[in-house]
Amino acid sequence: MADVILLVDRLMKSFGGLRATNDLSLEVLRGECHAIIGPNGAGKTTFISQLQGMLAPDSGTITLNGADITGEPAHRRARLGIARSFQITSLVPDFSVLDHAALAVQARLGHSFRFWKNARRDPALVAPAQEAVETVGLASRAKTLARDLSHGEARQLELAIAIAQQPKLLLLDEPMAGMGRKDGVAMTELLARLKKDYSIILIEHDMQAVFSLADRISVLVAGHIIKTGAPEVIRTDPDVRAAYLGH
Amino acid sequence: MAEPATNLSRLRENIPTLLILAALAATPMIALGLGDPFIVKVATRVVVFAIAAVALNFVVGYGGLVSLCHAGFFGIGGYVVGILAWHDFNAEPLWFLPGTSDLAIALPAAILVSAIIATIVGAISLRTSGPYFLMITLAFNQMFYYGAIALQKYGGDDGLQIMSTITLGPLDVSNRYRFFYLALAVLAITLLLVGRFVDSRFGMVLRAASKNETRVIAVGVDPWLYRLAAFVISAVLTAVAGALLAAGQQFISPVDMGWDRSGDLVVMAVLGGVGVVWGPAIGAAAFVVLELVLSSWTTHWQFVFGLLIVLIVVSLRGGLADLGRTIFSRGSEEATHG
Repeated sequence: MADVILLVDRLMKSFGGLRATNDLSLEVLRGECHAIIGPNGAGKTTFISQLQGMLAPDSGTITLNGADITGEPAHRRARLGIARSFQITSLVPDFSVLDHAALAVQARLGHSFRFWKNARRDPALVAPAQEAVETVGLASRAKTLARDLSHGEARQLELAIAIAQQPKLLLLDEPMAGMGRKDGVAMTELLARLKKDYSIILIEHDMQAVFSLADRISVLVAGHIIKTGAPEVIRTDPDVRAAYLGH
Repeated sequence: MAEPATNLSRLRENIPTLLILAALAATPMIALGLGDPFIVKVATRVVVFAIAAVALNFVVGYGGLVSLCHAGFFGIGGYVVGILAWHDFNAEPLWFLPGTSDLAIALPAAILVSAIIATIVGAISLRTSGPYFLMITLAFNQMFYYGAIALQKYGGDDGLQIMSTITLGPLDVSNRYRFFYLALAVLAITLLLVGRFVDSRFGMVLRAASKNETRVIAVGVDPWLYRLAAFVISAVLTAVAGALLAAGQQFISPVDMGWDRSGDLVVMAVLGGVGVVWGPAIGAAAFVVLELVLSSWTTHWQFVFGLLIVLIVVSLRGGLADLGRTIFSRGSEEATHG
């Protein structure tokens, strides 16, 4: 049990009559890259939002590193080590690439009730931020404002912010959404490097990327996980093929 | 090698602020030269409203919170000075406290009172956002306004005349010129403080949260307390401006804290430019001078005034500061991209 970083137990979430998350249980091991796949509308983003804390489940529990975090608000979960990159990029238009990473760094360094020193000239923020930006390959764009980034670069920045948080668990919600072939390959390479250092929950539609990156895959259908296993097991599983891959 | 370059760019960033302060500092000289002391009176009014507009912009421009109760805080500051001076003049204690006409005591008192009230108002108002925040702060402003009218002992809706001589410690500041420089010093301090705040860690959280709250929460910061702190800081500085208005004109009245005055402050900020710290100071100057010139020229001055504001805001999206920025920062743009 010691190597389980995240334990989700019988999570339920309904929107009106729709059961978006239906008796969902999941175990994520420390250091693994755990992909969650499923058809559109299976409730993947809803599930991620409950892990991050933006959405409260109706019932069930979420345990991070042995501590029940079901009742913790999103900002406190971030401090506890959960970082999320958004499916639809969520940036501050007039902040530069470096500003975004620096904001994540200052959030992790404790409270921000510091009024005097210029944050953009504070090496304690800039140095780690620069490092995160370099990791995702955006170093040449560090001073560029978010609103001037290409789609692919904005996706990279989402990752840089998450890395700058130094999280224990990375929630990646379709990091390749809307990317072209070339950017997608670059992102896959980047994720392959990152998975050495982080526990990751990966939601992705690009099956090639999923099968090359994931240590284990869970298949989510109608808010319920129907199967968890190694990629080769999932690929050949008849139930999974019927529910998802074979469509 | 990098150090002198950054020092130079820092200096360049501060040029507009220094020019504004220098231009204002020169007005008493001009008044003396022209033999027209009325100019100093106008300049003092400009400085007082510049303080309030710069303070308001801390929450409007950087926090994304359009508050319509800042005239209320302005008036609270004024009434603290006025009421303390009233008790001093009438030699009647306020509960157990003696009154005072010394700004060295009255200003800290105005700061304390406004901070307490702003904390309560902010804690309630910040539960809402957008148009609801606008409405709830407007409601609070009207509470303060009618509260001031209800102060029958202190003049009610006739306002409160300050009969005693206002001092600052041992210094008599009832002299018009001396008072002007006192107010100018407070404006300089306000510009310095707000300038430091917006670029600090605190400022980065405030600015990011105004554009994308979800992002700020996702990295682990709950913006609520930061917004409340910004609201209180902004309210306190505005109250200091109000205190200076009351001390300078020896008078404060409910008219100075009507909701339309709150609107005026927002207009000053937007007119000058909410994107830079010194923008609203320019806006305040333009507002006060235009109001004066146009109202002496025609009784329908508000029509012309409105038209001018619309023209300026539409043609210069960043307010009057955009004019300045195109002049002052052309060189620095080249330097950073070169």
